[in-house]
Amino acid sequence: MVTINDQGYITVNDRVLKLLKSLLIVLIFISITIAAVSSRLFSVIRFESIIHEFDPWFNFRATKYLVHNGFYKFLNWFDDKTWYPLGRVTGGTLYPGLMVTSAVIHNLLAKIGLPIDIRNICVMLAPAFSSLTAIAMYFLTLELTNDSESIANGTAKATAALFSAIFMGITPGYISRSVAGSYDNEAIAITLLMITFYFWIKAVKLGSVFYSSVTALFYFYMVSAWGGYVFITNLIPLHVFVLLLMGRFTHKIYVSYTTWYVLGTLMSMQIPFVGFLPIRSNDHMAPLGVFGLIQLVLIGDFFKSQLSRKVFIKLAIVSGVVVGILGVVGLILATKIGLIAPWTGRFYSLWDTNYAKIHIPIIASVSEHQPTPWASFFFDLNFLIWLFPVGVWFCFQDLTDGAVFVIIYSVLASYFAGVMVRLILTLAPIVCVCGAIAITKLFEVYSDFTDVVKGKSDNFFTLFSKLTVLGSFGFYLFFYVKHCTWVTENAYSSPSVVLSSYAADGSQILIDDYREAYYWLRMNTPEDAKVMAWWDYGYQIGGMADRTTFVDNNTWNNTHIATVGKAMAVSEEKSEVIMRQLGVDYILVIFGGVLGYSGDDINKFLWMVRISEGIWPEEVSERGYFTPRGEYKVDDNAAQAMKDSMLYKMSFYRFGELFPSGDAIDRVRGQRLSRSYAESIDLNIVEEVFTSENWLVRLYKLKEPDNLGRSLLTLKDNEKKLATKKGRRLRVNKKPSLDLRV
Amino acid sequence: MAKKLPTQQTATVNPLSLTRTLPHELSEAISTSLASYQKGISGNRKLRLIDYFLTFLVFLGILQFAFCLLVGTFPFNAFLGGFCSTVAQFVLTISLRLQTTGTKEIFQNISSQRAFAEYIFASLLLHFIVYHFIN
Repeated sequence: MVTINDQGYITVNDRVLKLLKSLLIVLIFISITIAAVSSRLFSVIRFESIIHEFDPWFNFRATKYLVHNGFYKFLNWFDDKTWYPLGRVTGGTLYPGLMVTSAVIHNLLAKIGLPIDIRNICVMLAPAFSSLTAIAMYFLTLELTNDSESIANGTAKATAALFSAIFMGITPGYISRSVAGSYDNEAIAITLLMITFYFWIKAVKLGSVFYSSVTALFYFYMVSAWGGYVFITNLIPLHVFVLLLMGRFTHKIYVSYTTWYVLGTLMSMQIPFVGFLPIRSNDHMAPLGVFGLIQLVLIGDFFKSQLSRKVFIKLAIVSGVVVGILGVVGLILATKIGLIAPWTGRFYSLWDTNYAKIHIPIIASVSEHQPTPWASFFFDLNFLIWLFPVGVWFCFQDLTDGAVFVIIYSVLASYFAGVMVRLILTLAPIVCVCGAIAITKLFEVYSDFTDVVKGKSDNFFTLFSKLTVLGSFGFYLFFYVKHCTWVTENAYSSPSVVLSSYAADGSQILIDDYREAYYWLRMNTPEDAKVMAWWDYGYQIGGMADRTTFVDNNTWNNTHIATVGKAMAVSEEKSEVIMRQLGVDYILVIFGGVLGYSGDDINKFLWMVRISEGIWPEEVSERGYFTPRGEYKVDDNAAQAMKDSMLYKMSFYRFGELFPSGDAIDRVRGQRLSRSYAESIDLNIVEEVFTSENWLVRLYKLKEPDNLGRSLLTLKDNEKKLATKKGRRLRVNKKPSLDLRV
Repeated sequence: MAKKLPTQQTATVNPLSLTRTLPHELSEAISTSLASYQKGISGNRKLRLIDYFLTFLVFLGILQFAFCLLVGTFPFNAFLGGFCSTVAQFVLTISLRLQTTGTKEIFQNISSQRAFAEYIFASLLLHFIVYHFIN
């Protein structure tokens, strides 16, 4: 195995070296997997194995339905517990990839004798897929940095690929969407994105129908999993288009692109939610256009090989003009007639960040649709963000077809990540690739000590500079790991269903008000009770309390959401009418004033006002909720519309009682409500039925209409008069007389 | 779709209102191309077979499209499935043709046998989806 040859060099058998190399790579992958998975488990260790946030609760509920009722029932699922009284054709309006994946895993494990609770599978799905993402990144970068021969005979350089795998494994930009418990579409979609791109690059390099078909298969999986598939739908044609413009048309590109397009498009139309969109919506027109173009280019290529240059140019110009005119006219006609759907609002807001703010408050109100602040680039990607341009520059140095892809991806993803906070997620992979390329080139040069060993040139300074660079980059790498762990631990591991805070002595306190309230709802209300809340909590009420909701996080019906917003924003008298029409039984309000929790309904209130103002501008006006001086106040000086609004009253009802010896202080907004004012906040049409431990969740029940047909408002007034006359206590605390239902 | 087929290339040129010599020049160019194309396939039975198949697919596609225009698009998925299957089969066959006849430097890793196997794989996949789509 190891021999010493006659010149004194030690030579090691080739086979042994190869074995050692693959062993090392396997070991590295095991470590990457451990690092990627374990850093995502903070949330489970700190809190518990629980589904996080809002959307995951819907996915979880849908998965449970799928597991219990089978695939066909799931596809035809009509859910009457959401969007009351409309209901939702859930089976046809979701991306089923995520649920099907976890159901398949669940069933497989059960088959081999490992019956694992579906909740645990859902919680652990994202970390498990993150390790797959790291492997996919390895292959993608390997494909991008090496030519196909060296990969085939095993001499490829894997340094950049391994770097990109570990970068991707622990980058906070990706972890933010894939910690244990964040059971969302992105959890598997990023993995699929990377696998799709890997096979695409491979297909382009080889011109192989097979790899194109595999690309199309993974594209289909991606379509079934995440609405972000449109990114692939447009990125691949753009890549091809740029290659055509660069004069790099080969038959390979024709083969790989057309195969991917026809198969991928046909497959994507099998998802009920996507349906005929790929031939109707404008978002999908780019691939179709490039498909047509590449056919023309192929014909052109044939003519070019047959004719003299001069004649060919003439022919090209004439046919180009004709085809161009026909295409433009066709597109305009199709849009006019209505064959092609107009561009969707979400799409506009990608190009013009102000579009949503002006036209669609409901899209702008989602925090993850906000433009990205600069700091969060560094926060999410650390030192990779400044290595990123270097990597792109190296791609320009060696402009292969794959490098062109990297460049296009970087440009597009950088732009989109700047527009929307959540799209840092799509930028993260390419930043990892570019960072890995840059750092590998750097290490290639600076860790090469042959000059020094051989004693050439001025030893000391070369050695010194090399060691300095290596040392500093070693430190950066080390710091990257530190930073990622810290960010994951502190910023991305909170389930947001359970909150945590620190007591005076530094020990951790868990605040579990949400689940307390949802559990109360589940146990104490009739099964068909309908709960009105702002749409953020729709999925959670459905998932945890199992009660019917009016609006939820699936925001397709703006008017319905606006109706709920209006019921919250107007006075009791008007609100009662709306709530009776809707059929409300209970109302749920999130109030953070006691705890200092800033994400409460009063802070979201302006969005409710804006959204309902969009539908009823004459009844609700945003200006009315500000004081004359333009301040957003909740204390004694609050604007009249604010004081009258249902939400305000429900938030601050009995708030004064918490502060028996002084003014009530709202700890979120830091405003004081004087004692007398706080006590004067009164409710007539609803009664308080439950308030959680820290007042985070408050539940009210809409009173039954009076038997004699009197209005509830006058009734309460009379009651008050009577009460003061007889000198009784003003308020009688009525506990709901409901039996515990277990 | 018809424009892609080498046998129908006359359709691409529309000598509207350009100079008088241009149409002449162009038609001459096309006829020389056609001649060299015919020379290419004359000695090769496989190629001729592929090209007959391609022509057949084009007619099938046109037929379906005309049917859809005349009768209506009612089972839209069925129409799409049928039409797309011809288009897809067409481009797959073109790919096969390119891979087997094209210069060897381009597809150096793909032998004719492999190309044919991949073609069959993709076609099977395609028709499986189409059957699913048609219901």
